[in-house]
Amino acid sequence: MDAAYAILALPLLGTAILLFGGRRTGDPASGWIATAMAVGSFVATVVVWASLLGHSAASRTVHKGLFTWIPVGSLHVSFGLQLDPLSLTWALFSSGVGSLITLYSIGYMKGDSSYGRFFFYMNLFLFSMLVLVLADSYLFSFVGWEGVGYCSYGLIGFWFERNSAAVAAKKAFVTNRIGDFGFMIALFMMFGHFHSFNYSTVLAPLASGRLTLAGATATGLALMLFLGAVGKSAQIPLYMWLPDAMEGPTPVSALIHAATMVTAGVYLVARSAPILHFSPSAQWVVASIGAATALLAATIACGQDDIKRVLAYSTISQLGYMFLGEGSGDYGAGIFHTVMHAFFKALLFLGAGAVIHALHDEQDMKKMGGLWKYLPVSSWTFLAGFLALSAIPPFDGFWSKDAILAAAWHKSPALWAVGVVTAALTAYYMSRQFVLVFGGKARWVDRAAEHGAAGHEAGGHAGGRPHEAPPVMTVPLVILAVGSTVGWLMNAPFAGLNFLERWLAPVFPARIAPSFAVATGTKWAIGTVATAFAILGLVAGLSAWRRTAERPALEPAVLAHAWYIDETVSAAASGPLARLASGVSFGVDAGLVDGLVNGVGRLAAQSGRQLRRFQTGYVRNYALGIGIGAAAILAYLATRMGG
Amino acid sequence: MGSVGTVGSVAASTLGFPILTVIVFLPLGGAILTALVPASDDGLARRVGLLAAVAEVGFVAYLLVAFKPVAGFQFVSQQPWIGSFGIAWKVGVDGISLFLVAVSALLFLVAMAGPPLRGSARAFMTWMLLLEAACIGAFLSMDLFLFFVMFEVTLVPAYFLVAGWGGPRRNYAAMKFFIYTFAGSAFFFVALLSLVFLTAPAHHGHATFDLITLTRLAGGLPHADQVLIFAGFAVGFAVKAPLVPFHSWLPDAYTEASTGGSMVLAGVMFALGGYGILRLGVFILPRGASDLAPVLLTLAVVGITYGAVVTIMQRDLKRLVAYSAIVSVAFVVLGEFAFSAQGVAGGVLQMVNESLTIGALFYMVGVVAERRGALRFSELGGIQKSAPILAAVFLAVVLSAVGLPGLNGFVSEFLVLAGTFVTHRWWAVVATTAIITGVIYFLWAYQRVFHGPARAANAAVREMSWGEIAAVAPLLAGIAFLGVYPAPLLDRLTPSVDHLLAHVQSADPAAHVPRISGGALSYSVPADQNVDSGLQTPAGAGATAAPVGAGAPAGAGSGAASSASAVPAAPSGGTR
Repeated sequence: MDAAYAILALPLLGTAILLFGGRRTGDPASGWIATAMAVGSFVATVVVWASLLGHSAASRTVHKGLFTWIPVGSLHVSFGLQLDPLSLTWALFSSGVGSLITLYSIGYMKGDSSYGRFFFYMNLFLFSMLVLVLADSYLFSFVGWEGVGYCSYGLIGFWFERNSAAVAAKKAFVTNRIGDFGFMIALFMMFGHFHSFNYSTVLAPLASGRLTLAGATATGLALMLFLGAVGKSAQIPLYMWLPDAMEGPTPVSALIHAATMVTAGVYLVARSAPILHFSPSAQWVVASIGAATALLAATIACGQDDIKRVLAYSTISQLGYMFLGEGSGDYGAGIFHTVMHAFFKALLFLGAGAVIHALHDEQDMKKMGGLWKYLPVSSWTFLAGFLALSAIPPFDGFWSKDAILAAAWHKSPALWAVGVVTAALTAYYMSRQFVLVFGGKARWVDRAAEHGAAGHEAGGHAGGRPHEAPPVMTVPLVILAVGSTVGWLMNAPFAGLNFLERWLAPVFPARIAPSFAVATGTKWAIGTVATAFAILGLVAGLSAWRRTAERPALEPAVLAHAWYIDETVSAAASGPLARLASGVSFGVDAGLVDGLVNGVGRLAAQSGRQLRRFQTGYVRNYALGIGIGAAAILAYLATRMGG
Repeated sequence: MGSVGTVGSVAASTLGFPILTVIVFLPLGGAILTALVPASDDGLARRVGLLAAVAEVGFVAYLLVAFKPVAGFQFVSQQPWIGSFGIAWKVGVDGISLFLVAVSALLFLVAMAGPPLRGSARAFMTWMLLLEAACIGAFLSMDLFLFFVMFEVTLVPAYFLVAGWGGPRRNYAAMKFFIYTFAGSAFFFVALLSLVFLTAPAHHGHATFDLITLTRLAGGLPHADQVLIFAGFAVGFAVKAPLVPFHSWLPDAYTEASTGGSMVLAGVMFALGGYGILRLGVFILPRGASDLAPVLLTLAVVGITYGAVVTIMQRDLKRLVAYSAIVSVAFVVLGEFAFSAQGVAGGVLQMVNESLTIGALFYMVGVVAERRGALRFSELGGIQKSAPILAAVFLAVVLSAVGLPGLNGFVSEFLVLAGTFVTHRWWAVVATTAIITGVIYFLWAYQRVFHGPARAANAAVREMSWGEIAAVAPLLAGIAFLGVYPAPLLDRLTPSVDHLLAHVQSADPAAHVPRISGGALSYSVPADQNVDSGLQTPAGAGATAAPVGAGAPAGAGSGAASSASAVPAAPSGGTR
């Protein structure tokens, strides 16, 4: 069990090495150090997982103390780890997918002038993420929560010379902080109510029925926690930072802005299930926001031309599904989808990275096409990810999305309907992406020649024909493609293969997450309808985009501009709001407040001849007088002290 | 806990050596020595001055080690001074002042050693050491006259530090700073004299300036008098801190001062306000404090929100950092007047953190200014490209300022907000917006200085030298240490805070003091002074451990039970 410490210690060690020696270790040693630490952390996680499997299902919660952090009166915060099925699930896929992406980055970042800095952030991110999920209290989780936010800031703005990257990084941090406002209020409420932040103190009595929460308290707590989740997981209304986060290097998009960090909100809500249980209205909010976000983001994804922005909106949409599942009361389904999504979305982003890499920084899908024959490994693996995300059986996404839709049906047919429509849109925009990138005619030939030697993403490769990425990049693609194809077997809803569900069962006892039975016939019907919609979307996408990349009718400006929501907010912030703040700053503060003070001073100066001398060096003399007086007093004192 | 044995052990550790007196006089002696160095030998003046500052840090380090984590004043030493007016040289240290003294000694050393000097090193070192002596003297004073003298004396070196080494508008800034704070002090002085004269009849007709005696006597004053006197104190300290709307001297003074001057002005002198309002205001006049707490809390919240808006729009890096201090100081006041253990402890810790963070910020602003001359955002940008270490250190300090968990700022910010939330929920909610606005102004500033394409002179900015890194390293170490492991500090601070709150509650049972209200309270203001070989406990007995704070649900679980056991009891050393 002491391997638990190694889970955190290894990435922390890597962080320290790269912080102080990252410039000396350089390229590619920094990458290998970071990868070794990530893999070591993953191995340690597997060891802990295996030892937990040895326990009986009921006793799979182990606490590991670290040290006392903040002791003030009734507020006593310790750092400690809670190893239980929920935290281990997240730790496993975070460190596992994290290891693969760090490995991939060795090739992707080759030649970058800040190679060491990149891997410093990668290890620090992994450490923070693991703190977030393994912590034994809300407050310690919050430490990791903010830590991943900071790493995200550092990595989105990795190419800080680009203004767009710098702005996107700041936007991500600020937006996340709006969510964190909610998280912090929730922490204060917890302190006021429970005098503790520990999961074992706050949640265990609620889960076991020893304690109940008043509806208003539960709703307040749950909604404030959910506000935190909305910020971190990019849900309505705080989703706008995620598409901009694509300014970061593509492996970052894969790891942080798809597979792991953005699922922290899903984790937080799952962790807080005992609180949500006492607030049906909060559950409704979670499910509705999730469904609405899933639909909105899917519509926007249909109109995007940037390969990464499509995937970014898709991530927002899929996170919406996860919240829909959780809000509908089936936490297992939400988590199942999170794990599956980690596989296929990481795969899609890394595949997109391979494409961008091959085309020397090109991200516009309209300038791709026909890559199938040049990038065989990337194409085949991308295909697996595309089918998994589109929920085509038997790939991963089908099974997890099916479970969520069944839960949504149970909650409300309206939520289910939104989910099904979104499924069709998902298959549509993904097939559009697939054929625009890999199918049809090549629209890039000229550009590749003229682009020649490079930009950041080209990583030192010479121009010419697109060619497959090196093995250090394709190996992770293949592993993730296998995961996207057969990963669902960890929770297959038949033949007793529902390992994940049974593994998670102790965390979500029936008391707080009542199981519900959807009749087998209904299940089949739900699955069939959803699959039919997905295939419909798939066919529509393929047939519409197979021959041409120009179909303006299908890409209205309103979708390309994401319903103009971001633009409106930005305009408000930089227009009226900035003018107001400017008015306060220079009108009220510099003018009114300071003006009053100076006015009083002038009044005093004019009211007497002596006082007028205030403004002509009198103060200096006066100050000197005080100084001499004080010195005299102190001298006098010194003589008294001596006697 | 809380036995006579504790008293004995503390007394034994002091050995009768007046360490606090030495700590006050050492920088003063250093200042005199430096002033005696021939004007031609600036190098020698610098060495002498730094030696004094280093020795001061050494003595303070010893104090930190020897300090016992109990309530009450330790290492008290007392000498009659102006006996006929009840004025004495009396110094002592408790958990609240201990770390302010420690961080001041550290920051003065960094401010004197770090930034490159222009002009006369002799004069600079002299004024800095004089300011150090006065600031630390004020923190250690247990006599109100002594406090007042120290408090006022700080103005003189501060004035010369701004006027002598500052920017183009330094004379205006220095004069404004001087007149404004001096005017604030007038309120303080009148209130102080009123307090002394009004309490004299209860003290056999003798005036006294003794902190402990006044604390005992002030409780007998008419309620209205207590409120008025407290209000006078509050104005004086609110100007010093400063609290909105008394802040308009700050942007000019902090911006125009030289790097070293800004560091100590913003990093140490502000704490005189935050400390004074707690030590003199709340401790002596708890009823006045609890009556006026809503006003101060509201001003703090206004400072946090209004200050943030004003800070966001600043166009100059140094001015932005200066304005950000208004928000940080408002957090100090918010925590102190929340009257919960977490709030007050957080407020005090916030002062310590503010010293480290804003000291380091002004130092780094100075490093940038050295290289670029200008600090207007329109002329900066992209510096990270040519000076990555400079950028990384700057970012670390900025992250401390925005309260990233794991660094010092978060701990105090969180304690203040959590402590305020349990007593004044909506004030805390509004104040929590600072975690959003803080990242807006600091990260935007960072972006405009370090990110984006580097044009013109920004493309070839010199990297930080080892000397510059070494100068800021102690502050960075403090920032990291207090973020990860603040427990040693909090363990020494909390007994004094608990004691103070017990005092507030005993004086004003209506005050909402959550930590103590739940349990049996056996607290009494001391019947007499009790200087017992260095240890003085101002109260007869500490509050006995309260089970849990107000409003805890029955059966809230094991956390509540364990939290109660963590509450230390104050020692009962006073005579009754």
